[in-house]
Amino acid sequence: MRAPAPAYAADLNDATIDMARDVIGASLVDARARVGEVQLYVHRDGLVEAMRALRDTPGLEYQQLMEIAGVDYPQRPERFDVVYNLLSLTRNHRLQVHVATDEEHAIPSVTGLWPVAGWLEREVYDLYGVLFSGNQDLRRILTDYGFRGHPLRKDFPMTGYTELRYSEEEKRVVYQPVSLAQDFRTFDFLSPWEGAGYTLPGDEKAVLPQAKGAQTPLSADTIVKADAVQSQSQTPKASSEPYAKTTAESTADTGNGAANPDAKPEPANPDVVPSKGGQNQ
Amino acid sequence: MSDAPAMAPVTTTIDPHVDQMLGQTTPSDPTTGDVTIQNYTINFGPQHPAAHGVLRLVMELDGEIVERIDPHIGLLHRGTEKLIEYKTYMQALPYFDRLDYCSPLCMEHSFVLAIEKLLDLEVPERAQYLRVFFAELTRISNHMLNLGSHVMDVGAMTPNLWLFEIREDCMNFFERMSGARMHHNYLRPGGVHQDVPLKLLTDIGDWLDTRLPRLFEDAISLVADNRIFKQRNVDIATVSREDAIAWGFSGPMIRGSGIPWDLRKSQPYDVYAKMEFDIPVGTRGDCYDRFMVRVEEVRQSARIMKQCLRDMPEGPIASDDRKVVPPKRAEMKRSMEALIHHFKLYTEGFHVPAGEVYVATESPKGEFGVFLVADGTNKPYRCKIRPTAFSHLQAMDFMSRGHMLADTTAILGAMDIVFGECDR
Repeated sequence: MRAPAPAYAADLNDATIDMARDVIGASLVDARARVGEVQLYVHRDGLVEAMRALRDTPGLEYQQLMEIAGVDYPQRPERFDVVYNLLSLTRNHRLQVHVATDEEHAIPSVTGLWPVAGWLEREVYDLYGVLFSGNQDLRRILTDYGFRGHPLRKDFPMTGYTELRYSEEEKRVVYQPVSLAQDFRTFDFLSPWEGAGYTLPGDEKAVLPQAKGAQTPLSADTIVKADAVQSQSQTPKASSEPYAKTTAESTADTGNGAANPDAKPEPANPDVVPSKGGQNQ
Repeated sequence: MSDAPAMAPVTTTIDPHVDQMLGQTTPSDPTTGDVTIQNYTINFGPQHPAAHGVLRLVMELDGEIVERIDPHIGLLHRGTEKLIEYKTYMQALPYFDRLDYCSPLCMEHSFVLAIEKLLDLEVPERAQYLRVFFAELTRISNHMLNLGSHVMDVGAMTPNLWLFEIREDCMNFFERMSGARMHHNYLRPGGVHQDVPLKLLTDIGDWLDTRLPRLFEDAISLVADNRIFKQRNVDIATVSREDAIAWGFSGPMIRGSGIPWDLRKSQPYDVYAKMEFDIPVGTRGDCYDRFMVRVEEVRQSARIMKQCLRDMPEGPIASDDRKVVPPKRAEMKRSMEALIHHFKLYTEGFHVPAGEVYVATESPKGEFGVFLVADGTNKPYRCKIRPTAFSHLQAMDFMSRGHMLADTTAILGAMDIVFGECDR
């Protein structure tokens, strides 16, 4: 490796993988070394045993749990990856343990092995909504008191839903729906020649059947019939926003991964005072 | 005393409940003799000078003894990790200055090293020396703030003012290095932003030889053997080695507990492998040990900086990989290719190959890590920041249990917590 990154005992990577295969056994879904780091993919049911083995087996000795990170992949059936970063002080080696889960299935807590996991799991719960069974104190930790939603999910907007300001009329701090003077500008830098997962403006004409209201004048009842047929067949709609990144099926459409997929749109928050016309008014 | 014979009450109030509270016995109920005391809960912060920022501690007290502490954090949560997902790698860098605003350069350090690891990018030697040199200056400036405020939290005023003199010097050096006193935005993937003038290096060299040791040793001599300071810190919040490991301690906290673990030594990055320095460790694992570990780290940092000044070579300060590092302005005037590279890097940014790395460096407060998930685009897919304060503050509960209320400020001061980093 040419980069001046922290040099720990990366020559132990292969030996570590072999040893982890032995001690974890069937719970180990996959193990690989990429970019000089070992990644173990463990099934959540065997997580605690696997972690105990990683901590207590002589020759592995990962004494410290440094970090638990959540990652959201909304297109996957089990959308969350929870990554445990372990550190061995005696072998001077680091290890990532990946566990996949979704909104419903809880991951067994490792607070029994490392007390530090308490807050780290709280954070993943707060920001992603991943549940941890066995954590005695699974409260929110970073977000505001009374916050709704899980902000680091990919389908949570960067601006959030509510904003806070001091109201001169009410003489107190009020919450109100976010109103921005300008839309967030995001540009897609994926090259369409290198497999961008969306159609370029204009390309949709090549595949779609001719839309209703074509050049030939039609009688009213044929239009009604065509309408009914079209609504049954559900042809895919082309994107009207040329630069919008419409990779696969967005979770905003499917409702996957929302805090409560059934309740859409969000019910009125009693704490939120609707403003007359945005914060600039 | 339930077995003592019922005595006639000395005084009796009208309210029997108050009688009971006062421990008075009445002829009808001769057994009550103990004073009933209830635990009570107080809020420490969120606005408190010793909270080192916006920390709210919900404390359950038995008299003046701390029974339980529930730290409420997140009052400074700005959603840095979410914002970074919407920025290019270069645009995300300034957010790191604003994490631990007392040691901004060390925050940037982890992030650029993570990007370089994914890119497998070579960094010229002079850039590595400059990074280490200013990271150590950052460590000194961070410890000046922490040692000073720790001393002030337990009642001394003067050392804090003297140490702020040194911190002010550091700030001035940083300003000459990058143009900014606090939010430097100086490190870049592939090197540093700009070279420093020779006069700055010689000035820092003089400062290391004369002003720093004089001011620093003066200030520390006021507290290191001070009886009051020792009474407030020795044997307060002792942490055993096992606890330090299980609670994920790092930095001066784990060294204070007697474990010689320093990422600069054990997992050297940049040119730390060439540096000669010692790792101070504590013997008892109390607040005083953590304080003295930091004091010695300042001296070792000065030692590293002198070695950097001695060995720093001339040469480029950033990689010449034009797909990552933008060209210099003068080159753009003559070369069309340089102009295109500049335009592309400042609009689109560079693309980082897909991969997941966890890179941790020894920040002044401990292990500061960045878990970076790249998906091959110009923006990070996920950037998890591992703050040092998170695991340390979590241990606040077991560390202060059984101590006096006034000790919590000493414990907090010895933890060295900054909320920009803890809450992100």
